[in-house]
Amino acid sequence: MIELENVSYGYGGGELLTEMSLKLAPGSFHFLTGPSGAGKTTFLKLLYAELLPSAGRVTVFDQSVRGLGRDEIAELRRRIGVVHQDCQFLDHLSVAENVALPLLVADRPIDTRELVELLGWVGLKGQMDALPPELSGGERQRAALARAVIMGPDVILADEPTGNVDWEMSQRLLHLLVELNRMGKTVVIATHDMNLIRSAKAQVAARVLRIKGRRLHLAGADL
Amino acid sequence: MNAQLARARAFLTSDLQSDRVVPPSGFTARLTVFSAAAMAFLAVFALALSFAAGRLADRWSDALAQSATIRVSAPEDQQERQVQAVLAVLETTPGIASARELPADETQALLAPWFGPDLPIETLPIPALIEVVEEGTGFDPEGLRLRLQAEAPGAVLDDHDRWRRPLVAAAGRMRLVAVASLVLIGAATAAMITLAAQAALAANGQVIRVLRLVGAHDRYIAQAFVRRFTLRAAGGAAAGTALAALMLALVPSVETGSFLTGLGFQGGEWLWLPLLPVLGGAVALAATRAAALRALKGLM
Ligand SMILES: Nc1ncnc2c1ncn2[C@@H]1O[C@H](COP(=O)(O)OP(=O)(O)OP(=O)(O)O)[C@@H](O)[C@H]1O
Ligand SMILES: [Mg+2]
Repeated sequence: MIELENVSYGYGGGELLTEMSLKLAPGSFHFLTGPSGAGKTTFLKLLYAELLPSAGRVTVFDQSVRGLGRDEIAELRRRIGVVHQDCQFLDHLSVAENVALPLLVADRPIDTRELVELLGWVGLKGQMDALPPELSGGERQRAALARAVIMGPDVILADEPTGNVDWEMSQRLLHLLVELNRMGKTVVIATHDMNLIRSAKAQVAARVLRIKGRRLHLAGADL
Repeated sequence: MNAQLARARAFLTSDLQSDRVVPPSGFTARLTVFSAAAMAFLAVFALALSFAAGRLADRWSDALAQSATIRVSAPEDQQERQVQAVLAVLETTPGIASARELPADETQALLAPWFGPDLPIETLPIPALIEVVEEGTGFDPEGLRLRLQAEAPGAVLDDHDRWRRPLVAAAGRMRLVAVASLVLIGAATAAMITLAAQAALAANGQVIRVLRLVGAHDRYIAQAFVRRFTLRAAGGAAAGTALAALMLALVPSVETGSFLTGLGFQGGEWLWLPLLPVLGGAVALAATRAAALRALKGLM
């Protein structure tokens, strides 16, 4: 589904990520951990082509990202749902409109009933018509997750999706991601939250990736 | 063709939802409408100038090309003989429809504005004037001059070319100036709309980023801006055109053939005016599209 071969990346200074290789099989469930500033967000950006590797090769859906045209990159992003760490909303549109935005730009019909149901799932039924700046940090993350899954993507990349929500809500969001994974979606979650990882491991065969010292490690079973 | 029509209709009416992805921007909007209106206003006058200059050039070359004058001033005893000789020559010159000697009373009428009606022209050595009316094809003035020189040395052909040519040239140049103004107005409109579009694109950097991240094509993002600027420019240009047209229509039209009162539109020329908003819209479309695609290129 997604493959990295000897991928390196640096923002201009030194290298931040060095020679990372990884294969994300369809239907797999991964956590991505590492200290703050290790490059988790950067790593995810390489997966949905917001960044191109400075060396090595990223292959998504059997296509090398480097060779894709701009429209092809747009198509690729319709198949990858991303929860951005900083959410990335259009602040002048309501929460419901933001969640439906991927459908709108892809010119797909918007099923209002499904939209409301999804918003109910992430506990935002009451905030449907609010503007994103009016939401709390956790509410924003939940809205971002709803937007990431609305297109029925093959891959879901979530960058700290539970950073600002309470334990109960984080369990609920995790459950949503686990459900989607059971439906065959590939899931990658970047998080610091070890409890979340433990709780997920009880539900699915999740693997834990760790960025440390610019390299990618597969963490042992000690978690 | 049908597909194009459908695209055009979609462009104009495209659901408001997709238009809302870019927040409304009051300032650049008003700026664009205003500049488009001002430019269209100026364009109307440039267009009117171009038509007026064209009409003037046509009139001068038409009116004057159709006639010529031959002046015969010879010693008194040869005058009549030379006039007859000239008329004989003219009869055999191709391209001349008719020729006649102006009778004394017409000559007097011609001179009256300068010398008064009571000028005793019989007693004065006034040259005889022969009015020549050309056929449509015209005649060869140089050939005629040579023959006149041989037959009637006192005859001088004045085909009005001498003073017609600079006038026609001046009118032509005026028209060129008008056309150049139109081109400049178009270019200035493109420049202003490019600046306004760039300001709007820069102000909406985050919006563009988000749209790109959720899988919008460049086309879709550009369209949101292009649509706005096109409609604003076309609307502004329509208002400016209407205002200028109204003002031109109110200029008193006097049939003196003077340049100033001739500045305006006649008959079918009015049909050019609806083109201005269309052109304004087209210029805005091209300028905004170029600016948007350029801005998007720097963004993954
Ligand atoms: N656009 C950028 N330009 C330059 N440096 C950047 C940029 N984005 C991130 N960095 C740097 O790259 C490093 C990794 O950033 P990144 O956001 O990937 O870390 P992270 O692992 O996601 O951290 P956190 O857990 O705090 O979210 C940081 O030191 C950061 O300062
Ligand atoms: Mg991060």
